[in-house]
Amino acid sequence: MATLHLTKVPAPGSAAAEEIALSAWRDGVRPEAGSFALVIPNTEDVGGLGEAIAAFASVILEFPDFKDGRAYSQARVLRERLGFRGEIRARGAIVPDQALFMMRAGFTVLEIAERDQKAFVEALGAYTVFYQSAADAAVPAHARRARLREAA
Amino acid sequence: MYRYDHFDETLVRERVAEFRGQVARRLTGEISEEEFKPLRLMNGLYLQLHAYMLRVAVPYGTMSSRQLRKLGHIARVYDKGYGHFTTRQNIQFNWPALIDVPDILAELADVEMHAIQTSGNCIRNITSDPFAGATADEIDDPRIWSEAIRQWSTLHPEFSFLPRKFKIAVTASENDRAAVRVHDIGLVLRRNEMGERGFEVIVGGGLGRTPYIGETIRAFLPERHLISYLEAILRVYNRRGRRDNKYKARIKILVAADTIEEFRRQVDEEWEASDKGRLDWPPGEILRIRRHFAPPAFDNAPQESGALDAARAENARFDNWVRVNAAPHRERGYAIAQISLKPIGRPPGDISADQLDVVADLAERYSFDEARATHEQNLVLPHVRKDDLFAVWRALDAAGLAEANIGLVSDIIACPGLDYCDLANARSIPIAERLQERFADGAAAADLGELKIKISGCINACGHHHVGHIGILGVDKKGEEFYQIMLGGSAASDASLGAITGRGFAAGDVVGAVDRLIGFFKQARLPGERFLDAYRRLGPAPFKEVLHGDAAPH
Repeated sequence: MATLHLTKVPAPGSAAAEEIALSAWRDGVRPEAGSFALVIPNTEDVGGLGEAIAAFASVILEFPDFKDGRAYSQARVLRERLGFRGEIRARGAIVPDQALFMMRAGFTVLEIAERDQKAFVEALGAYTVFYQSAADAAVPAHARRARLREAA
Repeated sequence: MYRYDHFDETLVRERVAEFRGQVARRLTGEISEEEFKPLRLMNGLYLQLHAYMLRVAVPYGTMSSRQLRKLGHIARVYDKGYGHFTTRQNIQFNWPALIDVPDILAELADVEMHAIQTSGNCIRNITSDPFAGATADEIDDPRIWSEAIRQWSTLHPEFSFLPRKFKIAVTASENDRAAVRVHDIGLVLRRNEMGERGFEVIVGGGLGRTPYIGETIRAFLPERHLISYLEAILRVYNRRGRRDNKYKARIKILVAADTIEEFRRQVDEEWEASDKGRLDWPPGEILRIRRHFAPPAFDNAPQESGALDAARAENARFDNWVRVNAAPHRERGYAIAQISLKPIGRPPGDISADQLDVVADLAERYSFDEARATHEQNLVLPHVRKDDLFAVWRALDAAGLAEANIGLVSDIIACPGLDYCDLANARSIPIAERLQERFADGAAAADLGELKIKISGCINACGHHHVGHIGILGVDKKGEEFYQIMLGGSAASDASLGAITGRGFAAGDVVGAVDRLIGFFKQARLPGERFLDAYRRLGPAPFKEVLHGDAAPH
């Protein structure tokens, strides 16, 4: 099973990677030496951002409301179409039962509150069967069935 | 029919375990109702006017006798002895206690059933033709791809938090019995000139506050690409569907705002860029599913059944039931037997635990262990030998299930309305009951021919009033229930939306108004003409005249 690094919300003043908003990048701001994160609003079609993300170690996608699922699509396009290999971080309103969906969509880091840590870890282990291909390494049920047929 | 393997069963069991934990946390107060709400909704559990309501998925409407008996058991043990079949081929239980729901889901898992994605802003239960595998007019069994879509859409990591709920219906027949043109996506399986199978893909249909007939986004999609193409549509919708107003969040609003041409361009662009080879379901998996839907071992019974003819000659009620409720089967010695859940004076779609057991027994003994739910809230025994129809009818009759009104004026679709529903503005069921009582005379109803009345208790249109030949919409007017009448709708292959006729009627005047419409139709119709066709031929004016012309409407 792939791993999902659950991280705490960085405390004020801690040494988090420097963030550059997409709008700033479009205004000409560029990452310099060090590790930078690009913050992309969830209204953005990320399909055309290949050049931008190439310069970043991390992309931060936003969940203004836990019911707003646009960033799941963004994460899959970043991974599966643009081949982005860096960190994809989920920020905003996130509930534990979404953690597995996020991992499958290509997120690697969730920003959550300390007290929710246990619930998130539990939720990540709730399922062992997945039906569809997504951005993670999970083998869909149909492929596992095919392997069983071949082995038989 | 489809049977779970180890993987299907594991997933459903894992779902039950997860929800058991969530309910436990709610009952101890560890999580609030507000936090619990999205979790319970993911499992089909609504909080209604009086109690919780649990909606159980019946994938593409197909059930075995074992499943029917389990539904009866749940109705008996955990509810008040009955269940309610919905317009999406699902069944609802109106009175479960929260503490029991994990056990109910575990019992459902024992018979390969669940309540996953029967609510929430996700891809809902896949619906299909209730005559699938039994009718001669289909080119393949539509349940094969329905099952593939069921699996693909279950716990989909990208499409579980869409702008709004998303409904997909599949048919493989030109006679649309699945209302595909009023779904978010409708799929019609066809063959092209080369004999290859593919789908007409229809998008953006729907009822509710803003009804639309869906438009064709792709005339012929080779069936092997179905899953990747669905992913492309859903991704465009997930990215661009409105989220600022829940009443404008369905895909139909996006398609209408974009125009179908622009929406198609975006979907095609998305689809072309996608890795189809990885996303599409492999042929081996489709073949595996197909084997589950192999036709049962029909015998070579002759076209004519002496036993059937003799019983029809002797028993006029049976004869009438066969005429109205039986449909032609692909095998000459068989019939499709439809069971009306609209007995006069009962809420449409309701069925008791004992009746569920009766249908289970009949399915097991006479219909290769299969029954179906229809989007018109009736049931079907898909494969009954003509020789056995009389025995089936007698058992149905003894159980109060032999109403001979399929497709007739008293076969009314109605939502639960203000009697049960949190959203309703007016009652639906009492209006349905009064109309049924008025048109209870079977011979008179048969004389009227196909006539579909659909009733909703609010503008959310769960009773599909927009697509009723006669549609009735309950509204609240200064604290009083009023009913608007719409005419000319259809959810079949000739899909259309009804038009409002004018001012509404008080509850006590609805039956009289419908009576006047039908009285006029009887005078004006051509031989053999349906109400809908007469309306389309004559136009709304004369019908409005009889509704509102002389009486003083409110």
